[in-house]
Amino acid sequence: MGLSATLPTAVATRGDYTTTRLDYVVDMIRKYGINWARKNSLWPMPFATACCGIEFMAVAASRYDLARFGSEACRFSPRQSDLLIVAGRVVMKMLPVLQRIYTQMAEPKWVISMGACASSGGVFDTYAVVQGIDQFLPVDVYLPGCPPRPETILEGIMAIQRIVAEDGVRSSRERGRGLRLVVQPAPVVTLGAGLREGSLAERACRPVLDREPAE
Amino acid sequence: MATADAIAALQARFPELHFTPLPLLRYPDGRDSGQYWLRVPAERLLEVARFARDDPRTRFEQLCDLAGVDYLNFPGARERFAVIYSLLSLTHNHRLWLKVFVNDPDPVVPSVTGIWRGAEWPEREVFDLFGIRFAGHPDLRRILCPEGITDHPLRKDYPLRGRGEREAFSVVTRETA
Repeated sequence: MGLSATLPTAVATRGDYTTTRLDYVVDMIRKYGINWARKNSLWPMPFATACCGIEFMAVAASRYDLARFGSEACRFSPRQSDLLIVAGRVVMKMLPVLQRIYTQMAEPKWVISMGACASSGGVFDTYAVVQGIDQFLPVDVYLPGCPPRPETILEGIMAIQRIVAEDGVRSSRERGRGLRLVVQPAPVVTLGAGLREGSLAERACRPVLDREPAE
Repeated sequence: MATADAIAALQARFPELHFTPLPLLRYPDGRDSGQYWLRVPAERLLEVARFARDDPRTRFEQLCDLAGVDYLNFPGARERFAVIYSLLSLTHNHRLWLKVFVNDPDPVVPSVTGIWRGAEWPEREVFDLFGIRFAGHPDLRRILCPEGITDHPLRKDYPLRGRGEREAFSVVTRETA
């Protein structure tokens, strides 16, 4: 008896591959099994260089209790974590270190840029401070605030969970290039008049300019 | 012993340098802060510093701090740079500040690491950020800025936003990581 007799029959044929019932089963396991497990057990690596790190500690402590979202196990080794939380300003001497830490993390991995400094340099518009880590590192979620409130951080973690649930088990290489805002705000968040969703995404993707272009 | 005795001892030992103690700070009502600094020429610095450390009337055993200043475009300044030595006598509990002024190009100050060993890293810091060389320093390398930077960022003619150092990195993308 050949191997083909044990496989499910084909349900659809597209071009050069055939989808079988086994593929559907595997997809379901991925979507509702692996993704579900993975999004509820994120292991953050806090890259805390400033006051945002203190606020993250508050989130991890009992009052805000990050353990409710399954990501209370902070690991300070990039090999053991899958969520990089860049909390605080990154100076030009630290950025190569941060990039190395990111490349050392195992796939799949996600990055949160926490606070004004990590996302844009914040008030530190000086020669030493990198004006937004997303120029040199792929970022999944930006957290606004100086520092962000614990509720904002929880929302950021939940946004990562939505990304995990939507993106599946694809590695970050397969998730594609760059600086996309890959998740929309939660439905309960109402944006103000000046913050329509399109303009929000545009601003998040706009490169940081050293000088504004002359009018 | 008060600071005045230490200044008097220095004046008696080095009459040719004409030490005039100037207050670090003068209040609006005319009083001063009681903390004084002396101007020392760079070529006599080691002599003065060694006397200040060893003489029983001065006994400045501790170099509290060593700082650089850039006086570019400062009103009334004649020299561009100053190196400031903040001295403390643990024996007599008095303090004194020495200022050494140097000028462009190639500002050089003798290193006091042979007198106060703790001056090694502050001198590296001043060298890193101001470009003032310290002759005789055992290991004059940059200490704060990354390797490969050629500028001295705390100089007043250095732009606040730098010359592109903060943008000069390779980009790590999802494909390359």
